[in-house]
Amino acid sequence: MPQDPTERRVVVTGPPRRTRRTSGYYRPRTEIDEQTTLGHTYVRSLMRIQLRTGLVVFAVLALLIGPLPLVFAAAPDARRLEWAVLGFGLYPPLVLLARWYVRRAERNERDFVRLVEDR
Amino acid sequence: MNSAYAVTAVALVALATVLVGAFGLRISRTTSDFYVASRTVGPRLNAAAISGEYLSAASFLGIAGLVLVQGPDMLWYPVGYTAGYLVLLLFVAAPLRRSGAYTLPDFAEARLASHVVRRLAGALVVGVGWLYLLPQLQGAGLTLTVLTGSPDWLGAVIVAVVVTVIVAAGGMRSITFVQAFQYWLKLTALLVPALFLVLAWQSDGAPSHAFDEPAAFREQRVVTIDDSLHLRLDRPLTVTVDGTVDGRAYDGAEVGLPAGTHRIDGGTRLTFAEGAEVPAAGRGGDDALSPSRAESREERPLYATYGLILATFFGTMGLPHVVVRFYTSPHGVAARRTTVAVLGLIGAFYLLPPVYGALGRLYAPELTLTGDADAAVLLLPGRMIGGVGGDLLGALVAGGAFAAFLSTASGLTMAVAGVLTQDVLPSRGVRHFRLGTVLAMAVPLGASVLVGGLPVADAVGLAFAVSASSFCPLLVLGIWWRRLTPPGAAAGMLVGGGSAFLAVAATMAGYPGAGPWHALLAWPALWSVPLGFLTMILVSLATPGRVPPGTAAVLARFHLPEELRTEVSA
Repeated sequence: MPQDPTERRVVVTGPPRRTRRTSGYYRPRTEIDEQTTLGHTYVRSLMRIQLRTGLVVFAVLALLIGPLPLVFAAAPDARRLEWAVLGFGLYPPLVLLARWYVRRAERNERDFVRLVEDR
Repeated sequence: MNSAYAVTAVALVALATVLVGAFGLRISRTTSDFYVASRTVGPRLNAAAISGEYLSAASFLGIAGLVLVQGPDMLWYPVGYTAGYLVLLLFVAAPLRRSGAYTLPDFAEARLASHVVRRLAGALVVGVGWLYLLPQLQGAGLTLTVLTGSPDWLGAVIVAVVVTVIVAAGGMRSITFVQAFQYWLKLTALLVPALFLVLAWQSDGAPSHAFDEPAAFREQRVVTIDDSLHLRLDRPLTVTVDGTVDGRAYDGAEVGLPAGTHRIDGGTRLTFAEGAEVPAAGRGGDDALSPSRAESREERPLYATYGLILATFFGTMGLPHVVVRFYTSPHGVAARRTTVAVLGLIGAFYLLPPVYGALGRLYAPELTLTGDADAAVLLLPGRMIGGVGGDLLGALVAGGAFAAFLSTASGLTMAVAGVLTQDVLPSRGVRHFRLGTVLAMAVPLGASVLVGGLPVADAVGLAFAVSASSFCPLLVLGIWWRRLTPPGAAAGMLVGGGSAFLAVAATMAGYPGAGPWHALLAWPALWSVPLGFLTMILVSLATPGRVPPGTAAVLARFHLPEELRTEVSA
């Protein structure tokens, strides 16, 4: 999926735009509001990019957390490490991941709004 | 410990809760106010409220107790509780808010247009809610017993009455204020004593052997065993016994116990020498709860750890009191930002219980034997600091613990009462909501007084496992997958949630006592979550004709930013 909104607009809004700014309605919005096939394609594209953003962050989380029990099991003497990592070390990355995701998700939505409102 | 201070603190917390609730009552007028605070709660207030609601007895007392008994592996609990919010944020938060439903059954109906799925989700919400309420009430009973020696049921009754009054009177609006207030109260109640405890630990020469296994006694210590238990010794132990061990009565004699399992009768006093290792204890064989989770962990530690991680990561999003909170955000973007703030707030809180757990291993290791490990947080200030200062700090902690019971219990009661009012009782008026509140609290209160004895951590773990294998698939697939059908959702919730529930229930009843089967049943999330997802997907694919006709429009509503909406939906 192309990130660049202008490129995407060329692909999906094939039909010529007849309704120029007449009543605050723009073509892609109308398609979405009237639930045409084309409108569904718009929604689908938004869903796909949001899901992908979520999955990417989730994958980072899984890579961060997943191996830890194995590490602790493999090194039973590293008790102090376990205390430090589980007691304090994991919380900052969790918050940073969350902030990163929110920034990405909000940007996706802004791009989408710009796309369908034809700005 | 001087109980007068503690009783005063608990009474003050209860009073302050009612007063803050009354403040909310003055501005709670309509039905919408009742259920979702009219959707006008900003991210900051809402985040504090969500955190206040989420940090339950299990967080406030349970984690420190578990760490004390079983070591740093148990720190996966707070990590999982926090990361659960991240998973919730990634896949659920904004679309859930945009779905515009009041409760989880509302969500199910809005997405799938099916009454059967709605009923099923409602039943699961009530079930999970009651399961989670039970340990809150029991924790309250334990706290009051430890502090004042009052009977077990008293704390539970106090919490039940205060919560019912607040929820029935003010609904969600007053609850929001109450819980935001209680988050800060709980943080203070753990943070201030923790600072003093760490100072005391420093002036004690900062001993650090608590971080190494196993815990050991720092000085000669007399331990009185209240209930019969089984001691498991990895190596021989010499101990002075005044009572009955392995069926033989001793009278202050020094006894050398060989490695293996020994039965200690109730009322026995054991005197441990300085430097002796603290042995591991299981409950007595005649107790119904015999194979405790601690033992199954020993057999399958890795499996158990991953089971725990999976249950908490995916279970958080389905907890009824957590989900209902997202409907109170004004819009989807606010719901996301709220979740980030929540992560910060609960992450900050969870830095503290490990401190208590580690200090407990140093200064109160005998709690592992008496089975009151959950009381470690309450006892440490008196144990380490003593005097009036210790009493005052102990009272502060006791007040915080009660805030924990009150806030989580009120959130759960709110969620359960919402479902009961909408789906079970005849009409949706505010009066019926009040009736629903009484019902929502009466059942777990009755169960906790009658049944008793369900270990706090087990009940909480069960609630998480059931929620992770039923609501998590429903929410994630409902939000992201357009081919989900009502039969698929119903089957997935039944198979996933039902099997998780049966598995843990079977373990608690003592069915297959040991071995790999036991570990599989005691930590079901690892197989029951994939099972729930798989059933939901396969049954949905097998019934393609049953995809609800409005699916595309519903999904558009879930995902489109609010500014693109043409009509505001209910």
